[in-house]
Amino acid sequence: MTETAQPLAESATTTRPDPVPRELEPVPAGWEYREVEQFLFHEARLADENDYDGWEALWTDDALYWVPAGGADIDPVNHVSVIYDNRNRIATRMQQVKTGKRYAQAPPSNLRRIIGNVELLGGRRNADGGVDLEVAANFLAFESRVRGNELWGGRITYRLRRDDDQIRLAFKKVVLVDNDKELPTLGFLV
Amino acid sequence: MTALADSSTGLLDGAFYERLIEADRVHGRLYTDPAIFADELRKIWYRTWVFVGHESEVPQPNDYVRKKLGLQDVVMTRDKDGEVHLLLNRCAHRGNQVCDDESGNSSSFRCPYHGWTYRNTGELLGYPYNQGYGGKNKLELGMGSVPRVASYHGFVFGSFATEGPSLVEHLGAAAGEIDRLVGLSPEGRVELTAGWLKHKTKANWKLLAENETDGYHPQFVHGSIFGVTGSPIGALYSDNSTAVTRDLGGGHSENDLRPEFRKFAEPMRWFGTTADRVPGYVDAMHATHGEDAERILVEGAPHVMIFPNLFIAEIQVFNIQPVSAGACVQYSTAVQLAGAPELNKRMISQSIGSVGPAGMLLADDTEMYERNQRGVEALSPAWLDVRRGLARESIDDAGFRIGTATDETGMRGFWRHYKSLMER
Repeated sequence: MTETAQPLAESATTTRPDPVPRELEPVPAGWEYREVEQFLFHEARLADENDYDGWEALWTDDALYWVPAGGADIDPVNHVSVIYDNRNRIATRMQQVKTGKRYAQAPPSNLRRIIGNVELLGGRRNADGGVDLEVAANFLAFESRVRGNELWGGRITYRLRRDDDQIRLAFKKVVLVDNDKELPTLGFLV
Repeated sequence: MTALADSSTGLLDGAFYERLIEADRVHGRLYTDPAIFADELRKIWYRTWVFVGHESEVPQPNDYVRKKLGLQDVVMTRDKDGEVHLLLNRCAHRGNQVCDDESGNSSSFRCPYHGWTYRNTGELLGYPYNQGYGGKNKLELGMGSVPRVASYHGFVFGSFATEGPSLVEHLGAAAGEIDRLVGLSPEGRVELTAGWLKHKTKANWKLLAENETDGYHPQFVHGSIFGVTGSPIGALYSDNSTAVTRDLGGGHSENDLRPEFRKFAEPMRWFGTTADRVPGYVDAMHATHGEDAERILVEGAPHVMIFPNLFIAEIQVFNIQPVSAGACVQYSTAVQLAGAPELNKRMISQSIGSVGPAGMLLADDTEMYERNQRGVEALSPAWLDVRRGLARESIDDAGFRIGTATDETGMRGFWRHYKSLMER
């Protein structure tokens, strides 16, 4: 059953960060590899442990959380994605799951993931004129539900921004290795 | 327990299905028995008209795209003259898969195993070292194809039966619902060009077909998203709703929400917006439809399940394909209306939020399908109840059976048609 249009009409987005890759600048000053890695591990643990408030608090106001379908570099404006959430829609997604009646994630999945092959790719100029740090990593996540166990894997691109003393997440793109195939329900925070 | 509880198959004849399908209940075995699934492949998926794809997915001559029809790996091609074909992806030589790319543009396909080549109509063009066959053009072989291919407003269907009802006869009254969808385009044309989300589902395909026009579940399964978004949709599927569930015949059914939208008489309410926010679209619709535009913009898009596997859910199109008694795949995409750029990007954005593996609606439906599949494995009670609203059904002015917004009228229509096909 798909009631479609209306429930998400209010969270539909109008302006979004440009997803098209542009030239990367050098890695901006003031970032240390170990600190970046610790942030990625922290984000992964919040997601694994379904700490929705903690996870949501990592995001910047211009957030973009993207899981493309049917390739890594599809045009998300003219092609469907598995997830393409701006900050509003991330909030809606978190509010839904926190009702405890988001059945695709109630009960929540048991999860653990490994983040590896972390590379600092460079600097990415953002809409405010600052430069975000672009980082890439590989991941493997093991998910257990009543439905069965699933192994998820792929390549993640992150954009990190320093906000006072906090590191914030401005962009996370998860390219699943098998995103050209049929996928089971993806109810957890990938 | 009756003899139905044992798993011996015996003859899957009319009497067999007569025992499993009653007016107000259906037997759980219909969802779990591999022998019944195999019988459905023969009697439904490889016989009746099945939705495969849309002509806009192969817009140019020599375009092709891989599809599924039942368990068949099908290549939908457009030949140089513009005709659409459904080829079975199998070489006539040793049975290898001929086409391995998901989509592309080519006038021919070459089997990678021994180099046999085929035109995109399926005709054999050549084979290497042809003296082994006595020279060129000696073999009357070709790729298999779906014998009957037809389209309605670009929606492409295939039937493995060489004879039988035409596509228009198969669609019957459901054709009018496709007309309604296409009527929302100022150019009278729908395109399915936004790609497909592919959602693996561990449930029998019929649980999905039944659910698509079940107006009883939304408040419960989707309460979480309706609540946090303040959506008015829940009210469309409640005891107070004036919407109706209609058995369109032929196994097709719809949730007709127009009575509710007419009550408010607000153009674009069906899309969760107002006319002033999509002025270019509203103007284009008035230019095309004149005075009738207002009615079209108030009534909105259809919510129709077309037997056995095409579900049009207002702004989304679903293609359901079976895998086994306990598994199927849901393919979903956003409707794109020709001449409506203001709507099309929103339709994609809203579809991404709603459907597919992470959709805020469909992931929850799918969770229900999968729990339902595990539930029906229980031995008792052996039946699923489909009597809701049976006592209050009526016949509308056009002669169709209708129930209230939450009645199981659509399911009963599905089963009547299913039974008629399976009894043969």
